[in-house]
Amino acid sequence: MKNKTIKRILLAHGSGGRLTHELVKNLFIRKFSNKILNKLDDSAEIKTKSGRIAFTTDSYVVDPIEFPGGDMGRIAVCGTVNDLAVKGAKPLALSAGFIMEEGFEIKTLERILSSMKKAAKEAGVEIVTGDTKVVERGKADKIYINTSGIGFIEPKIFLSPSKICNGDSIIVNGTMADHGVTVMNARNNLGFKGNVKSDGAPLNGLIRKILSSCKYIRCIRDLTRGGLGTSLNEIADASGFSMLINQKDIPLSSGVESACALLGLDPLYVANEGKMVLFVKKREEKKVLNLMRSHKYGRQARIIGSVLKEKKPQVRMKTLLGGERIVMMLEGEQLPRIC
Amino acid sequence: MIKVKNNFSSPLWSDSSLACNAFKEITKLVSQIYSETGEKIKFMEVCGTHTMAIAESGMRKFFPPELKMLSGPGCPVCVTSQGDIDRIIAIAAIKDVIITTFGDMMRVKGSSGGDLHSMREMGADIRVLYSPLDALRVAAENKDKKVVFIGVGFETTAPIIAQTVFHAHSGKINNFFITPLFKLVPPALKAVLSDDKHKISGFILPGHVSVVIGVKAYDFVVKKHKVPCVVAGFEPMDIIGGINMLLLQILRGAPKVETEYFRAVKMDGNKSAQAIMKKVFKIASAEWRAIGSIEKSGLVLNDAFERFDAFKYFKIRHYASKEPKGCICGKIIMGQALPADCRFFGKKCVPSDAIGPCMVSSEGACAAWFKYGG
Repeated sequence: MKNKTIKRILLAHGSGGRLTHELVKNLFIRKFSNKILNKLDDSAEIKTKSGRIAFTTDSYVVDPIEFPGGDMGRIAVCGTVNDLAVKGAKPLALSAGFIMEEGFEIKTLERILSSMKKAAKEAGVEIVTGDTKVVERGKADKIYINTSGIGFIEPKIFLSPSKICNGDSIIVNGTMADHGVTVMNARNNLGFKGNVKSDGAPLNGLIRKILSSCKYIRCIRDLTRGGLGTSLNEIADASGFSMLINQKDIPLSSGVESACALLGLDPLYVANEGKMVLFVKKREEKKVLNLMRSHKYGRQARIIGSVLKEKKPQVRMKTLLGGERIVMMLEGEQLPRIC
Repeated sequence: MIKVKNNFSSPLWSDSSLACNAFKEITKLVSQIYSETGEKIKFMEVCGTHTMAIAESGMRKFFPPELKMLSGPGCPVCVTSQGDIDRIIAIAAIKDVIITTFGDMMRVKGSSGGDLHSMREMGADIRVLYSPLDALRVAAENKDKKVVFIGVGFETTAPIIAQTVFHAHSGKINNFFITPLFKLVPPALKAVLSDDKHKISGFILPGHVSVVIGVKAYDFVVKKHKVPCVVAGFEPMDIIGGINMLLLQILRGAPKVETEYFRAVKMDGNKSAQAIMKKVFKIASAEWRAIGSIEKSGLVLNDAFERFDAFKYFKIRHYASKEPKGCICGKIIMGQALPADCRFFGKKCVPSDAIGPCMVSSEGACAAWFKYGG
């Protein structure tokens, strides 16, 4: 690892930024190394005689477990569905594992399960297997959920950063940072009111709609931990292309913008739960944009930039002022500032 | 960025065509001054938030080569002395202590290499708060523990912490303490001005500090040192406007303290913030990183509130700690060097594993250069 002095797991290892990346690459990949895993895609792609299967897993530990716009149950379903969907897979079935703390209220559990059921119904997928474990009071924080999912990848669909070409357009399906700011607000009673609401949503319907009528979709990523900034860096790394995005085109709700300005957070690195970034050949950008905007989870879709061929892949942003700055991978956690 | 509904900021604050015209004007003024004096212009943005705003907006590429913007001693974490950081870490190691702090302090390393972050991983109870008032809640919920809030900052942060101490005093909360390590901006300017080798041509003065202390406090910069001053806000156009005003002052040969941030700053500052500071604190000498002790440059608890002083309660003495070898944070905050001049920058020293505080703080010059590319 680059950080030789780090001997223990830090919170920043879970931020989705550079440390998470290094931990996965230098420890997990080193131990488990295989062709499928090493691609580090949102879902693993397994080839079988009857077709390609996408397989993924994700764990949810959000605090608080309920927040404006959703709860842990909704994002546990949507997150896994989205990991399958961005590979071009039709979600087939989900599993759900629950680790609960002694004393956790059954009523709250019931609400979480109802919310999972509703999200699964919306995504058109069933939760077909599961597991429950209970640990002593204090050994876990209320409830942790793990979901896994499988899906079939349509025969003619190949989505991957390696498909990205010079000049491709970069599109997002809506406002950034809503989920992260909402959770931070709820967790710390920051008191930001109004339109700060989690965006947790299953994106498989929207993605299906796009893939069924567009020919030149190169790659899709769902934007979760680490935000848009980190995802773009990962894709730049994997594709070998640079990305130039325009700050003026990045959708941001006013509530989120105010909250980020006050807390000193960069919305490019704040988590989303119902957002994706999509790479498409320039000539098809308008078509994708219109398709997105005609869907309820893509109303605020925008073309935010384009792909460039350069010697060293890098993500840069043209600022509102007309200047340019680098967009790095998230370093550590984002922390609130002093003044 | 596209706002779905905008009720907070003005799009003019970062308008690219306004900026483009402003920079044409700035380039013209700079070359006029340069042709008259033959000297490059070195402005210092004193406040770390300005440093961040400059880097984040990418405006540096518009600056003519004869104009340099240097960071100043206005990042609270960066100016905290190594000894004081070691004292904070010493308190965090005491049994039954809960440390509460703003996030910036978490990763500043003590001279033995540990920071609050690593102490938390080892089991110390350290909590990041958004408001010092939340520390009182933590104190009320943990009566068997001692709750210490890390009081670091300038005149912007000091009033809310003073208010918190006052609440603790009136609420008779006996298990709450602070580390009174507050610093004052005007004495820091004096220290910068006393360096004859590195002349500053003008100051972009901190907006929010000036909201609290007003603008008269800077009169000495103009009267004694004849250096132009502009108090500026934190939007890109505020800073560009401030630079323009400084250049005009140079051309006119009439340095004065001007305010660009008039939508927030009053001549006399914020009287109630000043009053609460006066009630709880007294002016004392303070230790600054790289500068050393400066007389009358800090705030500590006055006699009536002394019992809230964590250093006194836990009997933590002054440490004469050394700054990390080879680290040039001190030079950077004094406007004598740029982050890129440091041999550790971006190599051994990165935000997640920093050697010096300028790489740690969200307002540090090195963090700004690293994150946004200068």
